[in-house]
Amino acid sequence: MPTIVVEVMPKAELLDPQGKAVAGALARLGKTEFSGVRIGKRFEVTVDRPVDDALLAEVRELAADIFSNSVIEDVVSLTVL
Amino acid sequence: MRIGVVTFPGSLDDRDAQRAVTLAGATPVALWHGDHDLQGVDAIILPGGFSYGDYLRAGAIASHSPIMAEVIDAAGKGVPVLGICNGFQTLAEARLVPGAHTRNANQQFIRRDQKLRVENASTDWTNAFEAGDEIVIPMKNADGRFVADAETLKRIEGEGQVVFRYLEVNPNGSLNDIAGVSNERGNVVGLMPHPEHAVEPGFGPDTDVAMRSGVDGLAFFASAISTLVG
Repeated sequence: MPTIVVEVMPKAELLDPQGKAVAGALARLGKTEFSGVRIGKRFEVTVDRPVDDALLAEVRELAADIFSNSVIEDVVSLTVL
Repeated sequence: MRIGVVTFPGSLDDRDAQRAVTLAGATPVALWHGDHDLQGVDAIILPGGFSYGDYLRAGAIASHSPIMAEVIDAAGKGVPVLGICNGFQTLAEARLVPGAHTRNANQQFIRRDQKLRVENASTDWTNAFEAGDEIVIPMKNADGRFVADAETLKRIEGEGQVVFRYLEVNPNGSLNDIAGVSNERGNVVGLMPHPEHAVEPGFGPDTDVAMRSGVDGLAFFASAISTLVG
């Protein structure tokens, strides 16, 4: 069963409070070589038929309209497994 | 005067909003997210809560509910629409108001009686105020940080679409201390704090006069009624 993977990240210029909290934890653990952490989302979409261009276009549309909000996030990758 | 309140899976403050409508002198109408029917209401409220458990993004899944097609259509025709908290997030996800929401800057759920300044008293939901009025209503949210790109911020500040601003404390890191915004026409208003929790003596925020006597939220609903009466 093909799986299409969509990755979404908070926009670079926006504060990512989750990533900041994790970065703070790393610093407290003495992991001082890591200067930042940002946390995004990975969507794995499965289909019951072979992936073609039309389906990819549809997933690209879903990624832009539902999986992400373009005001605060960017779709950074879309790959077929 | 009939004001509809939409219940989504995970709405919490729909009954409170209905009671606020009643106390303001209109008739509340319960609307259901899965219907394509606004039951002929004169105005619409999207209430607070955690629709779909805030999965994906707060308000995101609710913004694609069946009834939102009718809400978007009605908003375009000038019907007054108020989004409170999760309702504001849903309006933003539906692109009925500018901006979006992220996790509070300090990562915490915040509940406090919040002072606000009314920046625009000409919208359908604020015309019973005077511009510059300072009010106190409760707020309670985890994803209340209002964000928009620099160009949008400049535009909404210039066009008077910033309707409420946090005073004294910016509780969640919202850009420009923005607590609520409207669409260009001013019939659609969204804000994070909860006017429906400040409409009845004994149940509102504390005031200098007496505990829990704050009813600053009533004017929101009175504004909509006055808009509809004309």
